[in-house]
Amino acid sequence: MEWRWDWVWDLAPRFVDATGKTLIAAGGGYTIAIILGLVFVLAQRTPLLPVTLVVREFVELIRSTPLLLQIFFVYYVGPQFGLTLSPWTAGLIAIGVHYGAYLSEVYRGGIESVPKGQWEAAKAINLPIVTTYRRIVIPQALPPAVAGMGNYLVGIFKDTPMLSVIGVAELMHTATAVGAESYRYLEPYTMVGAIFLAVSLPSAFAINVFERWVRRTLGMTK
Amino acid sequence: MTENLESYPLSLEGDGIPMVRFQNVTKRYGALVVLNQLDLDVSAGEMVTIIGPSGSGKTTVLRMLMTLETIDDGVIYVEGEPLTHMERNGGLVPANSSHLRRIRSKIGMCFQHFNLFPHMTALGNCMEGPVQVLGLPRKEAEERSLELLDMVGMIDKRDQHPSRLSGGQQQRVAIARALAMRPKVMLFDEVTSALDPEVISEVTGVIKHLVDTHNLTMLMVTHQMGFAKEISDRVCFFFDGAIEEQGTPTKLFENPERERTQQFLNAVLHAN
Repeated sequence: MEWRWDWVWDLAPRFVDATGKTLIAAGGGYTIAIILGLVFVLAQRTPLLPVTLVVREFVELIRSTPLLLQIFFVYYVGPQFGLTLSPWTAGLIAIGVHYGAYLSEVYRGGIESVPKGQWEAAKAINLPIVTTYRRIVIPQALPPAVAGMGNYLVGIFKDTPMLSVIGVAELMHTATAVGAESYRYLEPYTMVGAIFLAVSLPSAFAINVFERWVRRTLGMTK
Repeated sequence: MTENLESYPLSLEGDGIPMVRFQNVTKRYGALVVLNQLDLDVSAGEMVTIIGPSGSGKTTVLRMLMTLETIDDGVIYVEGEPLTHMERNGGLVPANSSHLRRIRSKIGMCFQHFNLFPHMTALGNCMEGPVQVLGLPRKEAEERSLELLDMVGMIDKRDQHPSRLSGGQQQRVAIARALAMRPKVMLFDEVTSALDPEVISEVTGVIKHLVDTHNLTMLMVTHQMGFAKEISDRVCFFFDGAIEEQGTPTKLFENPERERTQQFLNAVLHAN
């Protein structure tokens, strides 16, 4: 079997379209995860013990079960409880909640790396708790968290193929469809691999640069 | 929390009420009693220094007043109003967060390890409270902060982040940051303990200047006996969670009555 460049060019428009959808799925899922992660971590730090316990167990549950199962659950089990969602919505919710649980642990590590003295100094100038988080704790929790957040950004991108199982027309779904139409799998799957590599590698580099930029901007380098 | 709160006044009345009163204050960590039924009054404008061996509860006194620690028994009053408690239906109940914030605004504190905000410049550290808490316009907060940075001799470092400042410089910024909130009571918790010997005078000089020029009430925990003797109105020697002996610096340092005070001073002065 030989590699057919002409066919690769023919397929290019479909793959460009699928790449766009993959990036939207990863970006959308990540946006949800970033916000949910913050909700999860703050909920675990409230003085309300029941809230803390419920959220902590929920985060554990999400982290201990496969993403694929969670996607199926939202998409197929949801309708039996009257919650019918499109593949896109179900996929984004599942991936957003899944990575939100992981990001909450990254945030927790960042917040716990802020020394106790910073909280005390904030209290000594009488900053309200919300302002303490916003102005003092989160800016300092960010630099140590950026590396972990970046890893999960690449991770969520690499997990988007799982959405193909519920029919989200991202890269993997497109490659499989092309293969089924033509009985040729070499080019489509190789293209998927190349596209993932082409996005992941520069992203990892960009995250590294961003992390250093955050530290510099916050004046936290010597 | 405190039982039998009925025996404590809702507020202190009359002339000459103390700026700070600890009444029967107890602090425990589990079975360990850190402070045992402490009674201590500090008058307005008074400079009180607390000395004593480690573990004697000195720092806890300041931390309770700054509300960084809760108390297990007793009541703390600031300017006659309870700090740790508030009035509800004619009796005292443990204070809620808005009450704590209102009374806490009268108090400022400097820490052993400075605790400056590392992501803000010296000026930013000083402006944070006035802008975020007092709601001052940025320009006014900046003027106030620059004035204070000038007073502590840090005006030319105003745009530096703490990581670029020496310990003595950081502590001077921390003093300016606390003063920017215009507290009535200033607490200094071993502010020279983390400093190299040659820069200690930078910080003690600033505190001395404050004592000379401002009518602030101050409580200071220190191991600098010479400094304590020089600037205090009163020195309290703490031992085992209680005041063992207190008096003017001259009396306490030159004629200590209690044996434990004598032993402590002997040990410390020999070490120096």
